[in-house]
Amino acid sequence: MAKSALLKSSIAKKYWMALTGLFLCLFLTGHLLGNLQLIFSDAKHFNEYALFMTSNPAVKILSYLTYISILFHAIDGLMLAAQNKAARPVGYAKTNPSANSSFASRNMAVLGTVILIFIVTHMVNFWAKMHFDKNMPLAQQESMQMPGQMEFIGVPGSRVPSIPAQGKSLHEIVDEVNKQAMAQAQAMGEKNLEKAKKFEVEGSDAIKDLKKGEIIFKGYKDLYKITIDFFKQPKYGLLFTLLYAASMIVLAFHLLHGFQSAFQSLGVTSRKITPAIKFFGTAFAIVVPALFAAIPVYIHFFLK
Amino acid sequence: MASKKNININLKIWRQKNGKAKGQLVDYKLDNVSTDSSFLEMLDQLNEQLVSQKQEPIAFDHDCREGICGMCSLYINGRAHGPDTGITTCQLHMRMFKDGDTIYVEPWRSRAFPIIKDLVVDRSSFDRIQQAGGFVSVNTSGRTIDANAIPVPKDDADKAFEAAACIGCGACVATCKNGSAMLFVGAKVSQYALLPQGKVEATQRVLNMVRQMDEEGFGNCTNTGACEIECPKGISLENIARMNREYLKASIK
Repeated sequence: MAKSALLKSSIAKKYWMALTGLFLCLFLTGHLLGNLQLIFSDAKHFNEYALFMTSNPAVKILSYLTYISILFHAIDGLMLAAQNKAARPVGYAKTNPSANSSFASRNMAVLGTVILIFIVTHMVNFWAKMHFDKNMPLAQQESMQMPGQMEFIGVPGSRVPSIPAQGKSLHEIVDEVNKQAMAQAQAMGEKNLEKAKKFEVEGSDAIKDLKKGEIIFKGYKDLYKITIDFFKQPKYGLLFTLLYAASMIVLAFHLLHGFQSAFQSLGVTSRKITPAIKFFGTAFAIVVPALFAAIPVYIHFFLK
Repeated sequence: MASKKNININLKIWRQKNGKAKGQLVDYKLDNVSTDSSFLEMLDQLNEQLVSQKQEPIAFDHDCREGICGMCSLYINGRAHGPDTGITTCQLHMRMFKDGDTIYVEPWRSRAFPIIKDLVVDRSSFDRIQQAGGFVSVNTSGRTIDANAIPVPKDDADKAFEAAACIGCGACVATCKNGSAMLFVGAKVSQYALLPQGKVEATQRVLNMVRQMDEEGFGNCTNTGACEIECPKGISLENIARMNREYLKASIK
Protein backbone atom coordinates (compact mmCIF):
# COMPACT_ATOMS: atom_id res chain seq x y z
CA MET A 1 0.00 0.00 0.00
CA ALA A 2 2.76 2.35 -0.88
CA LYS A 3 0.79 4.70 -3.08
CA SER A 4 -2.47 4.71 -1.19
CA ALA A 5 -3.43 5.19 2.41
CA LEU A 6 -4.05 1.86 4.10
CA LEU A 7 -7.06 3.17 6.00
CA LYS A 8 -8.04 6.41 4.33
CA SER A 9 -9.10 5.33 0.85
CA SER A 10 -12.74 4.44 0.36
CA ILE A 11 -11.90 1.11 -1.27
CA ALA A 12 -9.31 0.13 1.35
CA LYS A 13 -11.98 0.68 4.02
CA LYS A 14 -14.20 -1.73 2.13
CA TYR A 15 -11.45 -4.36 2.10
CA TRP A 16 -11.10 -4.10 5.87
CA MET A 17 -14.85 -4.32 6.42
CA ALA A 18 -14.92 -7.42 4.22
CA LEU A 19 -11.91 -9.15 5.77
CA THR A 20 -12.93 -8.54 9.39
CA GLY A 21 -16.52 -9.46 8.52
CA LEU A 22 -15.55 -12.76 6.94
CA PHE A 23 -13.24 -13.57 9.86
CA LEU A 24 -16.16 -12.93 12.21
CA CYS A 25 -18.25 -15.36 10.13
CA LEU A 26 -15.61 -18.01 10.86
CA PHE A 27 -15.76 -17.06 14.53
CA LEU A 28 -19.57 -17.43 14.49
CA THR A 29 -19.22 -20.95 13.09
CA GLY A 30 -16.75 -21.97 15.80
CA HIS A 31 -18.80 -20.33 18.54
CA LEU A 32 -21.94 -22.09 17.32
CA LEU A 33 -20.29 -25.51 17.33
CA GLY A 34 -19.19 -24.87 20.92
CA ASN A 35 -22.64 -23.70 21.99
CA LEU A 36 -24.38 -26.69 20.42
CA GLN A 37 -22.73 -28.85 23.09
CA LEU A 38 -25.26 -27.30 25.49
CA ILE A 39 -27.90 -29.35 23.67
CA PHE A 40 -26.06 -32.34 22.25
CA SER A 41 -23.51 -32.97 25.00
CA ASP A 42 -23.52 -32.84 28.81
CA ALA A 43 -22.40 -30.45 31.52
CA LYS A 44 -19.07 -32.23 32.01
CA HIS A 45 -18.02 -32.00 28.38
CA PHE A 46 -19.28 -28.44 28.01
CA ASN A 47 -17.28 -27.29 31.04
CA GLU A 48 -14.18 -29.11 29.78
CA TYR A 49 -14.63 -27.30 26.48
CA ALA A 50 -15.07 -23.95 28.31
CA LEU A 51 -11.80 -24.49 30.18
CA PHE A 52 -9.99 -25.39 26.95
CA MET A 53 -11.32 -22.24 25.26
CA THR A 54 -10.12 -20.00 28.12
CA SER A 55 -6.70 -21.57 28.67
CA ASN A 56 -5.32 -22.87 25.35
CA PRO A 57 -2.66 -20.48 23.97
CA ALA A 58 -3.68 -20.94 20.31
CA VAL A 59 -7.28 -20.17 21.23
CA LYS A 60 -6.06 -17.11 23.11
CA ILE A 61 -4.42 -15.71 19.95
CA LEU A 62 -7.62 -16.39 17.99
CA SER A 63 -9.73 -14.71 20.66
CA TYR A 64 -7.60 -11.54 20.60
CA LEU A 65 -7.90 -11.52 16.81
CA THR A 66 -11.68 -11.75 17.29
CA TYR A 67 -11.81 -8.84 19.76
CA ILE A 68 -9.74 -6.71 17.39
CA SER A 69 -11.92 -7.68 14.43
CA ILE A 70 -15.12 -6.77 16.25
CA LEU A 71 -13.72 -3.40 17.33
CA PHE A 72 -12.25 -2.63 13.93
CA HIS A 73 -15.40 -3.73 12.06
CA ALA A 74 -17.52 -1.53 14.34
CA ILE A 75 -15.28 1.56 14.27
CA ASP A 76 -14.59 1.33 10.52
CA GLY A 77 -18.31 0.76 9.90
CA LEU A 78 -19.37 3.77 11.95
CA MET A 79 -16.74 5.94 10.23
CA LEU A 80 -18.05 4.83 6.83
CA ALA A 81 -21.65 5.48 7.90
CA ALA A 82 -20.73 9.01 9.04
CA GLN A 83 -18.89 9.72 5.77
CA ASN A 84 -21.79 8.38 3.74
CA LYS A 85 -24.22 10.59 5.65
CA ALA A 86 -22.01 13.60 4.95
CA ALA A 87 -21.94 12.80 1.21
CA ARG A 88 -25.57 13.93 0.97
CA PRO A 89 -26.02 17.00 3.19
CA VAL A 90 -29.51 17.79 1.83
CA GLY A 91 -31.79 14.77 1.50
CA TYR A 92 -34.66 14.08 -0.86
CA ALA A 93 -38.23 15.06 -0.02
CA LYS A 94 -39.52 11.86 -1.59
CA THR A 95 -37.65 8.57 -1.74
CA ASN A 96 -38.55 5.10 -2.88
CA PRO A 97 -35.66 2.96 -1.62
CA SER A 98 -37.41 -0.40 -1.77
CA ALA A 99 -37.67 -0.01 -5.55
CA ASN A 100 -33.98 -0.74 -6.00
CA SER A 101 -32.39 -2.22 -2.87
CA SER A 102 -33.04 -4.70 -0.05
CA PHE A 103 -33.91 -3.72 3.52
CA ALA A 104 -30.77 -5.36 4.92
CA SER A 105 -28.41 -3.65 2.48
CA ARG A 106 -29.74 -0.22 3.43
CA ASN A 107 -29.60 -0.76 7.18
CA MET A 108 -26.24 -2.44 7.82
CA ALA A 109 -25.08 0.27 10.24
CA VAL A 110 -28.25 0.11 12.35
CA LEU A 111 -28.26 -3.71 12.35
CA GLY A 112 -24.56 -3.71 13.22
CA THR A 113 -25.08 -1.31 16.12
CA VAL A 114 -27.80 -3.56 17.56
CA ILE A 115 -25.42 -6.53 17.23
CA LEU A 116 -22.66 -4.56 18.98
CA ILE A 117 -24.99 -3.82 21.90
CA PHE A 118 -25.90 -7.51 21.99
CA ILE A 119 -22.21 -8.51 22.03
CA VAL A 120 -21.50 -6.19 24.97
CA THR A 121 -24.41 -7.52 27.07
CA HIS A 122 -23.57 -11.08 26.02
CA MET A 123 -19.97 -10.67 27.17
CA VAL A 124 -21.06 -9.15 30.49
CA ASN A 125 -23.44 -12.07 31.07
CA PHE A 126 -21.12 -14.95 30.17
CA TRP A 127 -17.60 -14.02 29.07
CA ALA A 128 -16.86 -11.66 31.97
CA LYS A 129 -18.24 -14.16 34.52
CA MET A 130 -16.07 -16.95 33.11
CA HIS A 131 -12.96 -14.76 33.09
CA PHE A 132 -13.22 -12.47 36.10
CA ASP A 133 -15.98 -13.49 38.52
CA LYS A 134 -14.42 -14.50 41.85
CA ASN A 135 -17.65 -16.23 42.85
CA MET A 136 -17.96 -18.30 39.68
CA PRO A 137 -19.32 -21.68 40.81
CA LEU A 138 -17.26 -24.79 40.19
CA ALA A 139 -18.72 -27.91 38.63
CA GLN A 140 -19.80 -30.58 41.10
CA GLN A 141 -20.83 -34.20 40.89
CA GLU A 142 -21.93 -36.98 43.20
CA SER A 143 -18.99 -38.79 44.77
CA MET A 144 -18.23 -42.27 43.45
CA GLN A 145 -16.79 -43.40 46.79
CA MET A 146 -19.45 -41.84 49.01
CA PRO A 147 -22.81 -41.78 47.24
CA GLY A 148 -24.98 -38.84 48.28
CA GLN A 149 -21.94 -36.62 48.91
CA MET A 150 -21.08 -33.88 46.43
CA GLU A 151 -17.57 -33.13 45.28
CA PHE A 152 -15.86 -30.55 43.04
CA ILE A 153 -14.56 -32.04 39.81
CA GLY A 154 -10.85 -31.44 39.31
CA VAL A 155 -9.00 -30.78 36.08
CA PRO A 156 -6.62 -33.61 35.06
CA GLY A 157 -3.17 -32.74 36.36
CA SER A 158 -4.49 -31.60 39.73
CA ARG A 159 -2.82 -33.58 42.50
CA VAL A 160 -6.28 -34.20 43.95
CA PRO A 161 -8.75 -35.14 41.20
CA SER A 162 -11.72 -34.01 43.28
CA ILE A 163 -12.42 -32.54 46.70
CA PRO A 164 -15.46 -32.91 48.94
CA ALA A 165 -17.97 -30.13 48.44
CA GLN A 166 -20.96 -30.89 50.68
CA GLY A 167 -22.63 -27.70 49.47
CA LYS A 168 -19.66 -25.57 50.51
CA SER A 169 -17.62 -23.23 48.39
CA LEU A 170 -13.89 -23.66 47.76
CA HIS A 171 -13.21 -20.81 50.22
CA GLU A 172 -15.23 -22.46 52.98
CA ILE A 173 -13.41 -25.76 52.56
CA VAL A 174 -9.96 -24.15 52.61
CA ASP A 175 -10.90 -21.95 55.60
CA GLU A 176 -12.08 -25.02 57.49
CA VAL A 177 -8.84 -26.96 56.86
CA ASN A 178 -6.74 -23.92 57.79
CA LYS A 179 -8.75 -23.35 60.98
CA GLN A 180 -8.15 -26.95 62.08
CA ALA A 181 -4.42 -26.62 61.31
CA MET A 182 -4.22 -23.34 63.21
CA ALA A 183 -6.09 -24.79 66.18
CA GLN A 184 -3.66 -27.72 66.21
CA ALA A 185 -0.68 -25.34 66.09
CA GLN A 186 -2.14 -23.28 68.93
CA ALA A 187 -2.50 -26.44 71.02
CA MET A 188 1.16 -27.20 70.33
CA GLY A 189 2.07 -23.76 71.66
CA GLU A 190 2.94 -22.21 68.28
CA LYS A 191 2.97 -18.39 68.31
CA ASN A 192 2.79 -17.46 64.61
CA LEU A 193 -0.48 -19.08 63.66
CA GLU A 194 -0.40 -17.65 60.10
CA LYS A 195 2.51 -20.01 59.36
CA ALA A 196 0.34 -22.98 60.20
CA LYS A 197 -2.06 -22.24 57.32
CA LYS A 198 -1.88 -25.07 54.81
CA PHE A 199 -3.75 -23.87 51.73
CA GLU A 200 -5.13 -20.80 50.05
CA VAL A 201 -7.59 -20.25 47.21
CA GLU A 202 -5.84 -19.17 44.05
CA GLY A 203 -7.99 -17.14 41.68
CA SER A 204 -11.48 -18.55 41.71
CA ASP A 205 -10.98 -22.17 40.82
CA ALA A 206 -7.76 -23.52 42.37
CA ILE A 207 -6.20 -24.46 45.73
CA LYS A 208 -2.55 -23.66 46.36
CA ASP A 209 -0.38 -25.59 48.79
CA LEU A 210 1.36 -22.81 50.77
CA LYS A 211 4.31 -24.98 51.90
CA LYS A 212 5.21 -26.27 48.45
CA GLY A 213 3.90 -23.20 46.63
CA GLU A 214 2.15 -25.24 43.97
CA ILE A 215 -1.43 -25.73 42.80
CA ILE A 216 -2.73 -29.02 44.15
CA PHE A 217 -6.31 -28.70 42.91
CA LYS A 218 -7.92 -26.96 39.99
CA GLY A 219 -11.65 -27.31 39.34
CA TYR A 220 -13.85 -26.79 36.30
CA LYS A 221 -15.77 -23.52 36.29
CA ASP A 222 -19.44 -24.37 35.85
CA LEU A 223 -20.28 -22.28 32.77
CA TYR A 224 -22.97 -24.84 31.97
CA LYS A 225 -24.86 -24.01 35.16
CA ILE A 226 -24.42 -20.24 34.60
CA THR A 227 -25.90 -20.56 31.12
CA ILE A 228 -28.80 -22.80 32.08
CA ASP A 229 -29.64 -20.65 35.12
CA PHE A 230 -29.51 -17.49 33.01
CA PHE A 231 -32.17 -18.67 30.59
CA LYS A 232 -34.22 -20.56 33.15
CA GLN A 233 -34.43 -17.87 35.87
CA PRO A 234 -38.10 -17.49 36.81
CA LYS A 235 -38.39 -13.71 36.52
CA TYR A 236 -36.35 -12.78 33.43
CA GLY A 237 -35.56 -16.12 31.75
CA LEU A 238 -38.30 -15.76 29.15
CA LEU A 239 -37.38 -12.13 28.44
CA PHE A 240 -33.70 -13.01 27.99
CA THR A 241 -34.57 -15.93 25.72
CA LEU A 242 -36.75 -13.72 23.53
CA LEU A 243 -34.16 -10.90 23.44
CA TYR A 244 -31.50 -13.41 22.45
CA ALA A 245 -33.68 -14.80 19.65
CA ALA A 246 -34.51 -11.26 18.47
CA SER A 247 -30.81 -10.39 18.35
CA MET A 248 -30.23 -13.46 16.18
CA ILE A 249 -32.88 -12.23 13.73
CA VAL A 250 -30.98 -8.94 13.52
CA LEU A 251 -27.77 -10.90 12.95
CA ALA A 252 -29.48 -12.88 10.19
CA PHE A 253 -30.37 -9.71 8.28
CA HIS A 254 -26.85 -8.33 8.78
CA LEU A 255 -25.35 -11.55 7.37
CA LEU A 256 -27.87 -11.76 4.55
CA HIS A 257 -26.30 -8.70 2.98
CA GLY A 258 -22.88 -8.77 4.62
CA PHE A 259 -21.65 -12.21 3.55
CA GLN A 260 -22.04 -11.78 -0.20
CA SER A 261 -21.18 -8.07 0.03
CA ALA A 262 -17.75 -8.96 1.43
CA PHE A 263 -16.86 -10.92 -1.68
CA GLN A 264 -18.01 -8.09 -3.93
CA SER A 265 -15.86 -5.63 -1.93
CA LEU A 266 -12.82 -7.86 -2.30
CA GLY A 267 -13.50 -8.19 -6.01
CA VAL A 268 -14.03 -11.94 -5.71
CA THR A 269 -16.75 -12.28 -8.31
CA SER A 270 -17.29 -14.25 -11.47
CA ARG A 271 -20.09 -15.78 -13.44
CA LYS A 272 -19.24 -19.16 -11.90
CA ILE A 273 -18.64 -18.40 -8.23
CA THR A 274 -20.96 -15.44 -7.53
CA PRO A 275 -24.18 -17.51 -7.64
CA ALA A 276 -22.54 -20.07 -5.33
CA ILE A 277 -21.42 -17.33 -2.91
CA LYS A 278 -24.91 -15.82 -2.88
CA PHE A 279 -26.52 -19.21 -2.23
CA PHE A 280 -24.06 -20.15 0.52
CA GLY A 281 -24.32 -16.66 2.06
CA THR A 282 -28.10 -16.85 2.26
CA ALA A 283 -27.97 -20.35 3.76
CA PHE A 284 -25.31 -19.24 6.26
CA ALA A 285 -27.34 -16.14 7.22
CA ILE A 286 -30.41 -18.26 7.98
CA VAL A 287 -28.95 -21.48 9.44
CA VAL A 288 -26.31 -20.05 11.80
CA PRO A 289 -28.50 -17.48 13.63
CA ALA A 290 -31.39 -19.99 13.71
CA LEU A 291 -29.21 -22.61 15.43
CA PHE A 292 -27.82 -20.01 17.85
CA ALA A 293 -31.37 -18.95 18.78
CA ALA A 294 -32.54 -22.56 19.10
CA ILE A 295 -30.19 -23.14 22.06
CA PRO A 296 -31.73 -20.71 24.62
CA VAL A 297 -35.20 -21.59 23.31
CA TYR A 298 -34.46 -25.26 23.98
CA ILE A 299 -33.01 -24.47 27.42
CA HIS A 300 -35.92 -22.27 28.47
CA PHE A 301 -38.82 -24.33 27.17
CA PHE A 302 -37.67 -27.94 26.91
CA LEU A 303 -34.64 -28.67 29.10
CA LYS A 304 -35.67 -30.46 32.31
CA MET B 1 -51.02 3.52 -17.32
CA ALA B 2 -53.62 6.08 -18.09
CA SER B 3 -55.93 5.25 -20.94
CA LYS B 4 -56.86 8.92 -21.38
CA LYS B 5 -54.83 10.77 -24.00
CA ASN B 6 -54.40 13.92 -21.91
CA ILE B 7 -53.88 14.10 -18.17
CA ASN B 8 -53.91 16.77 -15.51
CA ILE B 9 -51.08 16.58 -12.98
CA ASN B 10 -49.81 18.26 -9.82
CA LEU B 11 -46.10 18.92 -9.54
CA LYS B 12 -43.85 19.60 -6.56
CA ILE B 13 -40.67 21.01 -8.04
CA TRP B 14 -37.49 22.13 -6.28
CA ARG B 15 -36.85 25.82 -6.91
CA GLN B 16 -33.57 27.39 -5.83
CA LYS B 17 -32.35 30.75 -7.13
CA ASN B 18 -28.65 29.84 -7.01
CA GLY B 19 -26.11 27.67 -5.19
CA LYS B 20 -26.18 29.77 -2.05
CA ALA B 21 -29.90 30.50 -1.84
CA LYS B 22 -32.25 28.42 0.26
CA GLY B 23 -34.47 26.30 -1.95
CA GLN B 24 -37.92 24.83 -1.50
CA LEU B 25 -40.48 22.61 -3.18
CA VAL B 26 -43.05 24.67 -5.10
CA ASP B 27 -46.49 23.35 -6.14
CA TYR B 28 -47.58 23.64 -9.77
CA LYS B 29 -50.69 22.47 -11.57
CA LEU B 30 -50.43 21.49 -15.22
CA ASP B 31 -53.48 20.55 -17.31
CA ASN B 32 -53.77 18.88 -20.68
CA VAL B 33 -50.49 17.00 -20.67
CA SER B 34 -50.33 14.50 -23.54
CA THR B 35 -49.42 11.01 -22.34
CA ASP B 36 -47.34 10.73 -25.51
CA SER B 37 -45.06 13.59 -24.42
CA SER B 38 -41.77 12.97 -22.69
CA PHE B 39 -41.12 14.17 -19.16
CA LEU B 40 -38.91 16.98 -20.49
CA GLU B 41 -41.62 18.06 -22.95
CA MET B 42 -44.00 18.23 -20.02
CA LEU B 43 -41.51 20.55 -18.26
CA ASP B 44 -41.26 22.63 -21.45
CA GLN B 45 -45.05 22.93 -21.39
CA LEU B 46 -44.94 24.03 -17.77
CA ASN B 47 -42.21 26.59 -18.54
CA GLU B 48 -44.29 28.04 -21.37
CA GLN B 49 -47.16 28.39 -18.93
CA LEU B 50 -44.82 30.09 -16.43
CA VAL B 51 -43.40 32.47 -19.05
CA SER B 52 -46.90 33.45 -20.18
CA GLN B 53 -47.68 34.19 -16.53
CA LYS B 54 -44.48 36.32 -16.39
CA GLN B 55 -42.84 33.91 -13.93
CA GLU B 56 -39.26 32.63 -13.95
CA PRO B 57 -39.11 29.33 -15.88
CA ILE B 58 -37.69 26.25 -14.19
CA ALA B 59 -34.04 25.54 -14.99
CA PHE B 60 -33.31 21.90 -15.84
CA ASP B 61 -30.54 20.14 -17.77
CA HIS B 62 -31.20 18.62 -21.19
CA ASP B 63 -29.44 18.26 -24.49
CA CYS B 64 -29.81 15.42 -27.01
CA ARG B 65 -33.22 14.25 -25.79
CA GLU B 66 -32.57 10.78 -27.18
CA GLY B 67 -30.95 9.15 -24.14
CA ILE B 68 -27.33 9.30 -25.15
CA CYS B 69 -25.76 12.56 -23.93
CA GLY B 70 -26.21 12.07 -20.17
CA MET B 71 -27.26 15.66 -19.66
CA CYS B 72 -30.79 15.21 -18.28
CA SER B 73 -31.11 14.26 -14.63
CA LEU B 74 -34.01 14.70 -12.17
CA TYR B 75 -35.07 12.66 -9.18
CA ILE B 76 -38.70 11.93 -9.98
CA ASN B 77 -41.04 10.52 -7.34
CA GLY B 78 -38.12 9.17 -5.35
CA ARG B 79 -36.26 7.57 -8.25
CA ALA B 80 -33.42 8.71 -10.50
CA HIS B 81 -34.79 9.34 -14.03
CA GLY B 82 -38.26 8.47 -12.75
CA PRO B 83 -40.30 5.30 -12.38
CA ASP B 84 -39.15 3.46 -15.52
CA THR B 85 -35.87 1.48 -15.70
CA GLY B 86 -33.07 1.55 -18.26
CA ILE B 87 -33.94 5.04 -19.45
CA THR B 88 -32.93 8.67 -19.02
CA THR B 89 -35.48 11.34 -18.11
CA CYS B 90 -35.85 12.43 -21.76
CA GLN B 91 -36.96 8.84 -22.52
CA LEU B 92 -39.50 8.83 -19.69
CA HIS B 93 -43.00 9.27 -21.01
CA MET B 94 -45.99 10.83 -19.33
CA ARG B 95 -47.93 7.62 -19.96
CA MET B 96 -46.12 6.31 -16.87
CA PHE B 97 -48.30 8.67 -14.79
CA LYS B 98 -51.99 8.78 -14.07
CA ASP B 99 -54.48 11.62 -14.23
CA GLY B 100 -54.39 13.57 -10.96
CA ASP B 101 -50.94 12.24 -9.89
CA THR B 102 -48.68 14.38 -7.72
CA ILE B 103 -45.13 14.19 -9.03
CA TYR B 104 -42.07 15.20 -6.99
CA VAL B 105 -39.20 16.58 -9.09
CA GLU B 106 -35.92 17.12 -7.25
CA PRO B 107 -32.32 17.72 -8.34
CA TRP B 108 -29.57 15.09 -7.84
CA ARG B 109 -28.58 15.31 -4.18
CA SER B 110 -24.87 14.95 -3.47
CA ARG B 111 -22.18 17.00 -1.78
CA ALA B 112 -20.12 16.50 -4.96
CA PHE B 113 -22.97 17.76 -7.19
CA PRO B 114 -23.69 21.29 -5.90
CA ILE B 115 -26.88 22.94 -7.15
CA ILE B 116 -26.41 25.72 -9.71
CA LYS B 117 -30.06 26.66 -10.09
CA ASP B 118 -33.39 24.89 -9.56
CA LEU B 119 -32.88 21.36 -10.93
CA VAL B 120 -29.46 21.98 -12.49
CA VAL B 121 -26.46 20.55 -10.63
CA ASP B 122 -22.74 20.91 -11.28
CA ARG B 123 -21.40 17.50 -12.30
CA SER B 124 -17.86 18.66 -13.06
CA SER B 125 -16.61 16.38 -10.26
CA PHE B 126 -17.15 13.55 -12.76
CA ASP B 127 -14.99 15.42 -15.28
CA ARG B 128 -12.21 15.81 -12.73
CA ILE B 129 -12.33 12.06 -11.95
CA GLN B 130 -12.13 11.35 -15.67
CA GLN B 131 -9.20 13.75 -16.06
CA ALA B 132 -7.38 12.01 -13.19
CA GLY B 133 -6.92 8.84 -15.23
CA GLY B 134 -9.83 8.03 -17.52
CA PHE B 135 -7.80 8.09 -20.73
CA VAL B 136 -5.09 6.28 -22.67
CA SER B 137 -1.95 8.27 -23.44
CA VAL B 138 -1.04 8.01 -27.13
CA ASN B 139 1.65 9.49 -29.29
CA THR B 140 -0.17 11.72 -31.78
CA SER B 141 2.85 12.38 -34.00
CA GLY B 142 1.23 10.54 -36.87
CA ARG B 143 2.97 7.23 -36.35
CA THR B 144 0.16 5.87 -34.14
CA ILE B 145 -0.64 2.27 -34.95
CA ASP B 146 -4.17 1.35 -35.87
CA ALA B 147 -6.18 0.33 -32.80
CA ASN B 148 -7.60 -2.66 -34.64
CA ALA B 149 -4.07 -4.00 -35.20
CA ILE B 150 -4.02 -5.15 -31.55
CA PRO B 151 -6.03 -8.34 -31.09
CA VAL B 152 -8.67 -8.11 -28.33
CA PRO B 153 -10.63 -11.18 -27.16
CA LYS B 154 -14.30 -10.79 -28.09
CA ASP B 155 -15.45 -11.33 -24.49
CA ASP B 156 -13.16 -8.56 -23.20
CA ALA B 157 -14.14 -6.22 -26.01
CA ASP B 158 -17.84 -6.77 -25.20
CA LYS B 159 -17.32 -6.14 -21.49
CA ALA B 160 -15.27 -3.00 -22.19
CA PHE B 161 -17.99 -1.79 -24.55
CA GLU B 162 -20.69 -2.39 -21.95
CA ALA B 163 -18.67 -0.36 -19.42
CA ALA B 164 -18.05 2.37 -21.99
CA ALA B 165 -21.81 2.75 -22.41
CA CYS B 166 -21.77 4.92 -19.25
CA ILE B 167 -22.97 8.40 -20.19
CA GLY B 168 -21.88 9.99 -16.89
CA CYS B 169 -25.37 11.21 -16.01
CA GLY B 170 -24.86 10.73 -12.25
CA ALA B 171 -27.99 8.65 -11.61
CA CYS B 172 -25.83 6.14 -9.68
CA VAL B 173 -24.70 8.84 -7.25
CA ALA B 174 -28.19 10.34 -7.01
CA THR B 175 -29.86 7.04 -6.17
CA CYS B 176 -27.16 5.61 -3.88
CA LYS B 177 -28.09 6.04 -0.24
CA ASN B 178 -24.41 6.81 0.38
CA GLY B 179 -23.99 9.20 -2.56
CA SER B 180 -21.24 6.93 -3.86
CA ALA B 181 -19.79 7.30 -7.36
CA MET B 182 -18.33 3.81 -7.51
CA LEU B 183 -20.47 2.59 -10.40
CA PHE B 184 -19.32 5.53 -12.53
CA VAL B 185 -15.66 5.13 -11.55
CA GLY B 186 -15.92 1.33 -11.79
CA ALA B 187 -17.22 1.63 -15.35
CA LYS B 188 -14.49 4.09 -16.36
CA VAL B 189 -11.74 1.97 -14.77
CA SER B 190 -13.11 -1.25 -16.32
CA GLN B 191 -13.51 0.22 -19.79
CA TYR B 192 -9.72 0.69 -20.02
CA ALA B 193 -8.52 -2.13 -17.75
CA LEU B 194 -10.14 -4.72 -20.01
CA LEU B 195 -8.32 -3.58 -23.14
CA PRO B 196 -4.62 -4.07 -23.97
CA GLN B 197 -4.26 -0.35 -24.77
CA GLY B 198 -5.48 0.55 -21.28
CA LYS B 199 -3.43 -2.02 -19.37
CA VAL B 200 -0.23 0.05 -19.75
CA GLU B 201 -1.46 2.76 -17.38
CA ALA B 202 -3.81 0.56 -15.33
CA THR B 203 -1.96 0.90 -12.00
CA GLN B 204 -1.79 4.68 -11.91
CA ARG B 205 -5.24 5.05 -13.43
CA VAL B 206 -7.18 3.24 -10.71
CA LEU B 207 -5.19 4.83 -7.89
CA ASN B 208 -5.60 8.34 -9.29
CA MET B 209 -9.27 8.02 -10.17
CA VAL B 210 -10.19 6.58 -6.77
CA ARG B 211 -8.15 9.28 -5.01
CA GLN B 212 -9.97 11.98 -6.99
CA MET B 213 -13.33 10.32 -6.29
CA ASP B 214 -12.62 10.40 -2.54
CA GLU B 215 -11.43 14.02 -2.70
CA GLU B 216 -14.65 15.11 -4.41
CA GLY B 217 -16.61 14.00 -1.34
CA PHE B 218 -18.55 11.06 -2.73
CA GLY B 219 -19.68 8.42 -0.24
CA ASN B 220 -18.55 4.80 0.08
CA CYS B 221 -20.15 1.84 -1.64
CA THR B 222 -22.09 -0.58 0.56
CA ASN B 223 -23.15 -2.85 -2.30
CA THR B 224 -26.87 -2.12 -2.06
CA GLY B 225 -27.09 -2.51 -5.84
CA ALA B 226 -29.45 0.48 -6.28
CA CYS B 227 -27.13 2.12 -8.86
CA GLU B 228 -27.19 -0.90 -11.15
CA ILE B 229 -31.00 -0.86 -11.21
CA GLU B 230 -31.32 2.88 -11.81
CA CYS B 231 -28.49 3.17 -14.35
CA PRO B 232 -30.04 4.13 -17.72
CA LYS B 233 -27.31 2.17 -19.50
CA GLY B 234 -27.47 -0.98 -17.34
CA ILE B 235 -23.86 -0.73 -16.11
CA SER B 236 -23.31 -3.85 -13.99
CA LEU B 237 -22.05 -4.05 -10.39
CA GLU B 238 -19.39 -6.36 -11.81
CA ASN B 239 -17.55 -3.17 -12.82
CA ILE B 240 -17.28 -2.12 -9.16
CA ALA B 241 -15.88 -5.56 -8.29
CA ARG B 242 -13.36 -5.19 -11.13
CA MET B 243 -12.34 -1.76 -9.83
CA ASN B 244 -11.89 -3.28 -6.35
CA ARG B 245 -9.63 -5.97 -7.86
CA GLU B 246 -7.69 -3.40 -9.89
CA TYR B 247 -7.25 -1.19 -6.84
CA LEU B 248 -5.98 -4.10 -4.72
CA LYS B 249 -3.55 -5.11 -7.47
CA ALA B 250 -2.34 -1.52 -7.85
CA SER B 251 -2.01 -0.99 -4.11
CA ILE B 252 0.29 -3.93 -3.47
CA LYS B 253 2.50 -3.24 -6.49
